[in-house]
Amino acid sequence: MFEQYFPIFVLVTVVTIMALGMLVLSHLLGRKKGTKRKLMPYECGIEPEEDARQRFPVKFYLVALMFIVFDIEVVFLYPWAVIYKQLALFGLIEMGIFILILMVGYVYILKKGALKWE
Amino acid sequence: MNPTFLFILITVIKVVVIVHIFMFILSYLTWAERKLLGHIQARLGPKNVGPFGLLQPIADGIKLLFKEDIIPAQANKILFVIAPVLSFIPALIVFAVIPFGDKVTLFGQEIDLIISDINVGLLYIFAITALGVYGIAIAGWASNSKYSLLGGLRSMAQMISYEVSYTLSIVGILMLAGSLSLVDIVKMQDSFWHMFIFKQPLAFLIYLICGIAETNRAPFDLPEAETELVAGFHTEYSSMKFGMFSIAEYANVVNVSAIATTLFLGGWQGPYLPPVVWFLLKMSAFLFLFIWLRATLPRFRYDQLMKFGWQVLLPLALLNILITAVIMII
Repeated sequence: MFEQYFPIFVLVTVVTIMALGMLVLSHLLGRKKGTKRKLMPYECGIEPEEDARQRFPVKFYLVALMFIVFDIEVVFLYPWAVIYKQLALFGLIEMGIFILILMVGYVYILKKGALKWE
Repeated sequence: MNPTFLFILITVIKVVVIVHIFMFILSYLTWAERKLLGHIQARLGPKNVGPFGLLQPIADGIKLLFKEDIIPAQANKILFVIAPVLSFIPALIVFAVIPFGDKVTLFGQEIDLIISDINVGLLYIFAITALGVYGIAIAGWASNSKYSLLGGLRSMAQMISYEVSYTLSIVGILMLAGSLSLVDIVKMQDSFWHMFIFKQPLAFLIYLICGIAETNRAPFDLPEAETELVAGFHTEYSSMKFGMFSIAEYANVVNVSAIATTLFLGGWQGPYLPPVVWFLLKMSAFLFLFIWLRATLPRFRYDQLMKFGWQVLLPLALLNILITAVIMII
Protein backbone atom coordinates (compact mmCIF):
# COMPACT_ATOMS: atom_id res chain seq x y z
CA MET A 1 0.00 0.00 0.00
CA PHE A 2 2.66 2.50 1.09
CA GLU A 3 4.90 1.82 -1.90
CA GLN A 4 1.98 2.18 -4.30
CA TYR A 5 0.21 5.22 -2.97
CA PHE A 6 3.04 7.23 -1.45
CA PRO A 7 4.29 8.44 -4.89
CA ILE A 8 0.79 9.61 -5.76
CA PHE A 9 0.60 11.46 -2.46
CA VAL A 10 3.92 13.16 -3.28
CA LEU A 11 2.64 14.07 -6.75
CA VAL A 12 -0.56 15.60 -5.35
CA THR A 13 1.49 17.60 -2.85
CA VAL A 14 3.90 18.91 -5.50
CA VAL A 15 1.09 19.87 -7.87
CA THR A 16 -0.88 21.57 -5.08
CA ILE A 17 2.18 23.60 -4.08
CA MET A 18 2.64 24.60 -7.73
CA ALA A 19 -0.98 25.67 -8.04
CA LEU A 20 -0.90 27.74 -4.86
CA GLY A 21 2.48 29.20 -5.86
CA MET A 22 1.06 30.37 -9.17
CA LEU A 23 -1.94 31.98 -7.46
CA VAL A 24 0.21 33.80 -4.91
CA LEU A 25 2.86 34.87 -7.46
CA SER A 26 0.37 36.33 -9.90
CA HIS A 27 -1.42 38.04 -7.02
CA LEU A 28 1.84 39.64 -5.84
CA LEU A 29 3.32 40.51 -9.23
CA GLY A 30 0.27 41.76 -11.08
CA ARG A 31 -0.69 45.40 -10.71
CA LYS A 32 -3.97 46.08 -9.02
CA LYS A 33 -6.03 49.00 -10.21
CA GLY A 34 -9.60 47.86 -10.01
CA THR A 35 -12.15 50.39 -11.19
CA LYS A 36 -15.88 49.97 -10.80
CA ARG A 37 -16.36 49.31 -14.50
CA LYS A 38 -13.48 46.86 -14.69
CA LEU A 39 -14.90 44.80 -11.85
CA MET A 40 -18.29 44.46 -13.51
CA PRO A 41 -19.18 41.14 -15.17
CA TYR A 42 -18.28 41.24 -18.85
CA GLU A 43 -21.25 41.78 -21.10
CA CYS A 44 -19.81 43.31 -24.25
CA GLY A 45 -19.64 46.77 -22.74
CA ILE A 46 -23.31 46.98 -21.85
CA GLU A 47 -24.15 47.38 -18.18
CA PRO A 48 -25.37 43.98 -16.97
CA GLU A 49 -29.00 43.76 -15.97
CA GLU A 50 -30.14 41.46 -13.16
CA ASP A 51 -28.19 38.70 -11.54
CA ALA A 52 -26.57 36.11 -13.83
CA ARG A 53 -27.89 33.23 -11.73
CA GLN A 54 -31.35 32.76 -13.12
CA ARG A 55 -33.38 29.71 -13.96
CA PHE A 56 -31.91 27.44 -16.57
CA PRO A 57 -33.46 24.62 -18.63
CA VAL A 58 -34.49 21.49 -16.76
CA LYS A 59 -32.75 19.41 -19.47
CA PHE A 60 -29.47 19.89 -17.68
CA TYR A 61 -30.87 18.14 -14.61
CA LEU A 62 -32.19 15.30 -16.75
CA VAL A 63 -28.77 14.80 -18.30
CA ALA A 64 -27.21 14.72 -14.84
CA LEU A 65 -29.75 12.12 -13.65
CA MET A 66 -29.12 9.93 -16.67
CA PHE A 67 -25.41 10.26 -16.13
CA ILE A 68 -25.73 8.92 -12.60
CA VAL A 69 -27.70 5.87 -13.80
CA PHE A 70 -25.23 5.00 -16.52
CA ASP A 71 -22.19 5.76 -14.43
CA ILE A 72 -23.34 3.27 -11.82
CA GLU A 73 -23.68 0.79 -14.67
CA VAL A 74 -20.03 1.46 -15.51
CA VAL A 75 -19.07 0.87 -11.89
CA PHE A 76 -20.72 -2.57 -12.11
CA LEU A 77 -19.13 -3.31 -15.48
CA TYR A 78 -15.51 -2.69 -14.45
CA PRO A 79 -15.02 -5.53 -11.94
CA TRP A 80 -17.15 -7.76 -14.16
CA ALA A 81 -14.89 -7.04 -17.15
CA VAL A 82 -11.70 -7.76 -15.23
CA ILE A 83 -12.78 -11.28 -14.24
CA TYR A 84 -14.81 -11.96 -17.37
CA LYS A 85 -12.45 -14.78 -18.46
CA GLN A 86 -13.39 -16.80 -15.37
CA LEU A 87 -17.09 -15.97 -15.53
CA ALA A 88 -17.42 -16.83 -19.24
CA LEU A 89 -20.97 -17.78 -20.33
CA PHE A 90 -22.47 -17.23 -16.88
CA GLY A 91 -21.07 -13.69 -16.86
CA LEU A 92 -22.38 -12.96 -20.33
CA ILE A 93 -25.94 -14.00 -19.52
CA GLU A 94 -25.93 -12.22 -16.17
CA MET A 95 -24.61 -8.93 -17.57
CA GLY A 96 -26.89 -9.32 -20.59
CA ILE A 97 -29.96 -9.34 -18.34
CA PHE A 98 -28.65 -6.37 -16.35
CA ILE A 99 -28.01 -4.29 -19.45
CA LEU A 100 -31.33 -5.34 -20.98
CA ILE A 101 -33.17 -3.91 -17.98
CA LEU A 102 -31.16 -0.71 -18.33
CA MET A 103 -31.89 -0.53 -22.04
CA VAL A 104 -35.63 -0.66 -21.33
CA GLY A 105 -35.17 2.50 -19.30
CA TYR A 106 -32.99 4.01 -21.99
CA VAL A 107 -35.59 3.43 -24.71
CA TYR A 108 -38.26 4.88 -22.39
CA ILE A 109 -36.19 8.04 -21.91
CA LEU A 110 -35.68 8.35 -25.66
CA LYS A 111 -39.38 7.91 -26.40
CA LYS A 112 -40.27 10.48 -23.74
CA GLY A 113 -38.06 12.92 -25.62
CA ALA A 114 -35.85 13.73 -22.63
CA LEU A 115 -32.86 14.07 -24.93
CA LYS A 116 -34.47 16.38 -27.47
CA TRP A 117 -32.78 19.78 -27.44
CA GLU A 118 -34.54 22.42 -29.45
CA MET B 1 21.26 3.91 3.61
CA ASN B 2 17.92 2.98 5.12
CA PRO B 3 15.81 1.44 2.28
CA THR B 4 12.61 3.29 3.25
CA PHE B 5 14.44 6.60 3.31
CA LEU B 6 16.06 5.79 -0.04
CA PHE B 7 12.64 4.95 -1.51
CA ILE B 8 11.18 8.24 -0.29
CA LEU B 9 14.17 10.19 -1.66
CA ILE B 10 13.98 8.52 -5.08
CA THR B 11 10.21 9.04 -5.23
CA VAL B 12 10.41 12.73 -4.41
CA ILE B 13 13.19 13.37 -6.96
CA LYS B 14 11.38 11.32 -9.60
CA VAL B 15 8.07 13.11 -9.09
CA VAL B 16 9.63 16.57 -9.19
CA VAL B 17 11.58 15.75 -12.39
CA ILE B 18 8.55 14.18 -14.11
CA VAL B 19 6.28 17.10 -13.21
CA HIS B 20 8.78 19.53 -14.71
CA ILE B 21 9.15 17.50 -17.90
CA PHE B 22 5.36 17.34 -18.12
CA MET B 23 5.07 21.12 -17.73
CA PHE B 24 7.76 21.55 -20.39
CA ILE B 25 5.80 19.36 -22.82
CA LEU B 26 2.64 21.35 -22.06
CA SER B 27 4.24 24.71 -22.71
CA TYR B 28 5.73 23.53 -25.99
CA LEU B 29 2.41 22.02 -26.96
CA THR B 30 1.00 25.55 -26.99
CA TRP B 31 3.88 26.59 -29.23
CA ALA B 32 3.36 23.61 -31.53
CA GLU B 33 -0.35 24.31 -31.72
CA ARG B 34 0.12 27.94 -32.70
CA LYS B 35 2.85 27.09 -35.18
CA LEU B 36 0.87 24.28 -36.80
CA LEU B 37 -2.38 26.25 -36.90
CA GLY B 38 -0.43 29.10 -38.44
CA HIS B 39 1.03 26.99 -41.19
CA ILE B 40 -2.28 25.23 -41.87
CA GLN B 41 -3.91 28.63 -42.32
CA ALA B 42 -1.01 29.89 -44.50
CA ARG B 43 0.43 32.09 -41.73
CA LEU B 44 3.78 31.79 -39.99
CA GLY B 45 2.68 31.45 -36.37
CA PRO B 46 4.96 32.74 -33.58
CA LYS B 47 8.36 33.66 -34.98
CA ASN B 48 9.75 36.71 -33.24
CA VAL B 49 10.58 35.50 -29.72
CA GLY B 50 13.73 33.43 -30.14
CA PRO B 51 14.57 31.21 -33.15
CA PHE B 52 11.32 29.92 -34.73
CA GLY B 53 9.50 31.58 -31.85
CA LEU B 54 10.77 28.86 -29.53
CA LEU B 55 10.89 31.14 -26.50
CA GLN B 56 7.24 32.16 -26.96
CA PRO B 57 5.81 29.85 -24.23
CA ILE B 58 8.26 31.30 -21.68
CA ALA B 59 7.35 34.85 -22.68
CA ASP B 60 3.67 33.95 -22.39
CA GLY B 61 4.18 32.52 -18.92
CA ILE B 62 5.99 35.63 -17.67
CA LYS B 63 3.41 37.90 -19.26
CA LEU B 64 0.55 36.00 -17.60
CA LEU B 65 2.22 36.28 -14.19
CA PHE B 66 2.51 40.05 -14.48
CA LYS B 67 -1.05 40.65 -15.67
CA GLU B 68 -3.63 42.22 -13.39
CA ASP B 69 -5.45 39.66 -11.28
CA ILE B 70 -9.10 40.66 -11.56
CA ILE B 71 -11.77 39.28 -9.24
CA PRO B 72 -15.16 40.68 -10.29
CA ALA B 73 -17.01 42.59 -7.57
CA GLN B 74 -20.11 40.40 -7.73
CA ALA B 75 -18.23 37.13 -7.86
CA ASN B 76 -18.18 34.62 -5.04
CA LYS B 77 -14.55 35.30 -4.11
CA ILE B 78 -13.51 32.06 -2.42
CA LEU B 79 -15.05 29.81 -5.05
CA PHE B 80 -13.70 32.05 -7.79
CA VAL B 81 -10.14 31.51 -6.53
CA ILE B 82 -10.56 27.80 -5.80
CA ALA B 83 -12.01 26.90 -9.24
CA PRO B 84 -8.79 27.11 -11.31
CA VAL B 85 -6.92 25.12 -8.64
CA LEU B 86 -9.63 22.45 -8.78
CA SER B 87 -9.25 21.97 -12.50
CA PHE B 88 -5.45 22.29 -12.42
CA ILE B 89 -4.72 19.60 -9.83
CA PRO B 90 -6.71 16.67 -11.33
CA ALA B 91 -5.36 17.42 -14.81
CA LEU B 92 -1.78 17.13 -13.58
CA ILE B 93 -2.08 14.04 -11.40
CA VAL B 94 -3.76 11.75 -13.93
CA PHE B 95 -0.50 10.72 -15.60
CA ALA B 96 0.78 9.14 -12.36
CA VAL B 97 -0.25 5.64 -13.45
CA ILE B 98 0.82 5.82 -17.11
CA PRO B 99 4.03 3.89 -17.84
CA PHE B 100 6.22 5.80 -20.28
CA GLY B 101 9.19 3.44 -20.41
CA ASP B 102 10.74 0.24 -19.13
CA LYS B 103 13.01 0.04 -16.08
CA VAL B 104 16.22 2.08 -16.32
CA THR B 105 19.31 1.95 -14.12
CA LEU B 106 20.57 5.30 -12.85
CA PHE B 107 23.38 5.67 -10.27
CA GLY B 108 23.11 1.94 -9.50
CA GLN B 109 19.40 2.22 -8.71
CA GLU B 110 16.68 0.50 -10.70
CA ILE B 111 13.98 3.01 -11.49
CA ASP B 112 10.57 2.28 -13.04
CA LEU B 113 9.56 4.88 -15.58
CA ILE B 114 6.12 5.31 -14.04
CA ILE B 115 5.21 7.21 -10.91
CA SER B 116 3.19 4.40 -9.39
CA ASP B 117 1.91 1.09 -10.75
CA ILE B 118 -1.28 0.70 -8.73
CA ASN B 119 -3.50 -2.30 -9.43
CA VAL B 120 -6.56 -0.12 -10.08
CA GLY B 121 -4.73 2.14 -12.55
CA LEU B 122 -7.52 2.69 -15.05
CA LEU B 123 -10.08 3.26 -12.33
CA TYR B 124 -7.75 5.89 -10.87
CA ILE B 125 -7.50 7.61 -14.26
CA PHE B 126 -11.24 7.83 -14.78
CA ALA B 127 -11.92 8.81 -11.18
CA ILE B 128 -9.46 11.70 -11.32
CA THR B 129 -10.49 12.80 -14.82
CA ALA B 130 -14.09 13.02 -13.63
CA LEU B 131 -13.03 15.47 -10.89
CA GLY B 132 -12.04 18.01 -13.54
CA VAL B 133 -15.66 18.91 -14.14
CA TYR B 134 -15.93 20.46 -10.66
CA GLY B 135 -13.43 23.19 -11.48
CA ILE B 136 -15.39 24.17 -14.58
CA ALA B 137 -18.76 24.03 -12.85
CA ILE B 138 -17.56 26.14 -9.92
CA ALA B 139 -15.82 28.63 -12.22
CA GLY B 140 -19.01 29.13 -14.21
CA TRP B 141 -21.09 29.60 -11.10
CA ALA B 142 -18.71 31.75 -9.07
CA SER B 143 -18.03 34.32 -11.81
CA ASN B 144 -21.64 35.51 -11.68
CA SER B 145 -21.51 36.41 -15.35
CA LYS B 146 -24.08 35.18 -17.87
CA TYR B 147 -21.51 33.95 -20.34
CA SER B 148 -19.60 32.07 -17.66
CA LEU B 149 -22.70 30.41 -16.29
CA LEU B 150 -23.90 29.32 -19.72
CA GLY B 151 -20.45 28.05 -20.64
CA GLY B 152 -20.14 26.21 -17.35
CA LEU B 153 -23.56 24.55 -17.71
CA ARG B 154 -22.90 23.50 -21.28
CA SER B 155 -19.51 22.20 -20.36
CA MET B 156 -20.85 20.14 -17.46
CA ALA B 157 -23.63 18.57 -19.50
CA GLN B 158 -21.21 17.80 -22.32
CA MET B 159 -18.53 16.31 -20.11
CA ILE B 160 -20.83 14.05 -18.13
CA SER B 161 -22.63 12.94 -21.30
CA TYR B 162 -19.45 11.88 -23.01
CA GLU B 163 -17.92 10.47 -19.86
CA VAL B 164 -20.35 7.55 -19.97
CA SER B 165 -19.22 6.41 -23.42
CA TYR B 166 -15.63 7.35 -22.54
CA THR B 167 -15.52 4.94 -19.61
CA LEU B 168 -17.58 2.27 -21.41
CA SER B 169 -15.35 2.29 -24.50
CA ILE B 170 -12.38 0.73 -22.73
CA VAL B 171 -14.32 -2.06 -21.00
CA GLY B 172 -13.51 -4.29 -24.00
CA ILE B 173 -9.81 -3.90 -23.28
CA LEU B 174 -10.33 -4.72 -19.62
CA MET B 175 -12.06 -7.95 -20.66
CA LEU B 176 -9.18 -8.93 -22.96
CA ALA B 177 -6.45 -7.90 -20.56
CA GLY B 178 -8.11 -9.07 -17.34
CA SER B 179 -6.35 -6.31 -15.42
CA LEU B 180 -6.78 -2.65 -14.54
CA SER B 181 -3.04 -2.02 -14.27
CA LEU B 182 -1.64 -0.09 -17.22
CA VAL B 183 1.73 -1.84 -16.88
CA ASP B 184 0.03 -5.21 -17.44
CA ILE B 185 -1.93 -3.84 -20.39
CA VAL B 186 1.24 -2.54 -22.05
CA LYS B 187 3.02 -5.86 -21.49
CA MET B 188 0.21 -7.75 -23.22
CA GLN B 189 0.74 -5.78 -26.43
CA ASP B 190 4.23 -7.14 -27.04
CA SER B 191 4.21 -7.15 -30.84
CA PHE B 192 2.70 -5.09 -33.64
CA TRP B 193 -0.35 -7.28 -34.27
CA HIS B 194 -0.98 -7.66 -30.55
CA MET B 195 -1.76 -3.97 -30.18
CA PHE B 196 -5.29 -3.53 -28.90
CA ILE B 197 -6.18 -1.17 -31.74
CA PHE B 198 -6.52 -4.23 -34.01
CA LYS B 199 -8.63 -6.18 -31.53
CA GLN B 200 -10.77 -3.21 -30.49
CA PRO B 201 -11.01 -0.83 -33.47
CA LEU B 202 -14.50 0.36 -32.55
CA ALA B 203 -13.45 1.02 -28.97
CA PHE B 204 -10.50 3.04 -30.26
CA LEU B 205 -12.76 5.29 -32.35
CA ILE B 206 -15.25 5.80 -29.52
CA TYR B 207 -12.44 6.47 -27.06
CA LEU B 208 -10.85 9.07 -29.33
CA ILE B 209 -14.09 10.93 -30.05
CA CYS B 210 -15.06 10.96 -26.38
CA GLY B 211 -11.54 11.99 -25.43
CA ILE B 212 -11.77 15.03 -27.66
CA ALA B 213 -15.19 15.87 -26.24
CA GLU B 214 -13.97 15.40 -22.65
CA THR B 215 -11.14 17.86 -23.15
CA ASN B 216 -13.51 20.42 -24.71
CA ARG B 217 -11.46 20.65 -27.88
CA ALA B 218 -12.69 21.41 -31.39
CA PRO B 219 -15.05 20.23 -32.86
CA PHE B 220 -16.55 19.79 -29.38
CA ASP B 221 -15.43 23.18 -28.01
CA LEU B 222 -18.94 24.44 -27.31
CA PRO B 223 -18.19 25.42 -23.72
CA GLU B 224 -15.96 28.18 -25.01
CA ALA B 225 -17.57 28.80 -28.38
CA GLU B 226 -15.98 32.21 -28.77
CA THR B 227 -18.49 33.47 -31.34
CA GLU B 228 -21.41 33.08 -28.93
CA LEU B 229 -20.07 32.78 -25.39
CA VAL B 230 -16.94 35.01 -25.44
CA ALA B 231 -14.78 32.44 -23.63
CA GLY B 232 -17.30 30.23 -21.83
CA PHE B 233 -16.63 29.38 -18.20
CA HIS B 234 -13.37 31.37 -17.97
CA THR B 235 -14.69 34.65 -19.38
CA GLU B 236 -14.02 36.51 -16.13
CA TYR B 237 -10.63 34.99 -15.42
CA SER B 238 -7.42 36.89 -16.04
CA SER B 239 -3.74 36.57 -15.21
CA MET B 240 -2.39 33.22 -14.03
CA LYS B 241 -5.86 31.98 -13.08
CA PHE B 242 -6.67 31.98 -16.77
CA GLY B 243 -3.26 30.41 -17.34
CA MET B 244 -4.12 27.58 -14.97
CA PHE B 245 -7.30 26.79 -16.90
CA SER B 246 -5.39 26.63 -20.14
CA ILE B 247 -2.61 24.53 -18.58
CA ALA B 248 -5.31 22.16 -17.34
CA GLU B 249 -6.84 21.97 -20.80
CA TYR B 250 -3.52 21.15 -22.46
CA ALA B 251 -2.68 18.70 -19.67
CA ASN B 252 -5.94 16.90 -20.36
CA VAL B 253 -5.10 16.75 -24.05
CA VAL B 254 -1.73 15.19 -23.23
CA ASN B 255 -3.39 12.77 -20.79
CA VAL B 256 -5.95 11.58 -23.33
CA SER B 257 -3.17 11.08 -25.89
CA ALA B 258 -0.97 9.24 -23.41
CA ILE B 259 -3.81 6.96 -22.34
CA ALA B 260 -4.73 6.23 -25.97
CA THR B 261 -1.09 5.38 -26.65
CA THR B 262 -0.93 3.07 -23.66
CA LEU B 263 -4.23 1.29 -24.21
CA PHE B 264 -4.34 0.97 -27.98
CA LEU B 265 -0.87 1.43 -29.45
CA GLY B 266 1.24 -0.66 -27.10
CA GLY B 267 2.59 2.17 -24.96
CA TRP B 268 6.38 2.36 -24.90
CA GLN B 269 6.93 -0.90 -26.79
CA GLY B 270 8.57 -0.73 -30.19
CA PRO B 271 11.67 -1.89 -32.06
CA TYR B 272 15.12 -0.23 -32.35
CA LEU B 273 14.42 3.10 -30.62
CA PRO B 274 14.49 3.47 -26.82
CA PRO B 275 11.08 2.95 -25.10
CA VAL B 276 10.67 6.58 -23.97
CA VAL B 277 11.19 7.79 -27.55
CA TRP B 278 8.54 5.38 -28.83
CA PHE B 279 6.13 6.58 -26.20
CA LEU B 280 6.70 10.24 -27.07
CA LEU B 281 6.42 9.53 -30.81
CA LYS B 282 3.11 7.73 -30.49
CA MET B 283 1.80 10.40 -28.14
CA SER B 284 2.87 13.18 -30.52
CA ALA B 285 0.88 11.54 -33.29
CA PHE B 286 -2.27 11.94 -31.18
CA LEU B 287 -1.35 15.49 -30.20
CA PHE B 288 -0.91 16.33 -33.88
CA LEU B 289 -4.33 14.85 -34.57
CA PHE B 290 -5.88 17.07 -31.89
CA ILE B 291 -4.40 20.21 -33.47
CA TRP B 292 -5.20 19.08 -36.99
CA LEU B 293 -8.85 18.50 -36.08
CA ARG B 294 -9.06 21.95 -34.56
CA ALA B 295 -7.85 23.48 -37.80
CA THR B 296 -10.12 21.37 -39.99
CA LEU B 297 -13.53 20.80 -38.45
CA PRO B 298 -16.34 23.26 -37.75
CA ARG B 299 -18.06 23.24 -34.37
CA PHE B 300 -21.01 21.00 -33.52
CA ARG B 301 -24.41 22.46 -32.70
CA TYR B 302 -25.48 21.75 -29.13
CA ASP B 303 -28.44 19.49 -29.96
CA GLN B 304 -26.28 17.54 -32.42
CA LEU B 305 -23.65 17.15 -29.74
CA MET B 306 -26.04 15.71 -27.15
CA LYS B 307 -27.77 13.50 -29.70
CA PHE B 308 -24.46 12.14 -30.96
CA GLY B 309 -23.25 11.38 -27.44
CA TRP B 310 -26.35 9.68 -26.08
CA GLN B 311 -27.87 8.11 -29.18
CA VAL B 312 -24.84 7.09 -31.23
CA LEU B 313 -21.78 6.67 -29.03
CA LEU B 314 -23.49 5.09 -26.01
CA PRO B 315 -25.24 2.26 -27.95
CA LEU B 316 -22.06 1.71 -29.96
CA ALA B 317 -19.96 1.42 -26.80
CA LEU B 318 -22.41 -1.12 -25.35
CA LEU B 319 -22.46 -3.01 -28.65
CA ASN B 320 -18.67 -3.16 -28.57
CA ILE B 321 -18.79 -4.77 -25.13
CA LEU B 322 -21.38 -7.29 -26.31
CA ILE B 323 -19.35 -8.24 -29.39
CA THR B 324 -16.19 -8.63 -27.34
CA ALA B 325 -18.00 -10.74 -24.77
CA VAL B 326 -19.50 -13.06 -27.38
CA ILE B 327 -16.25 -13.47 -29.34
CA MET B 328 -14.31 -14.26 -26.17
CA ILE B 329 -16.67 -17.16 -25.39
CA ILE B 330 -16.69 -18.67 -28.87
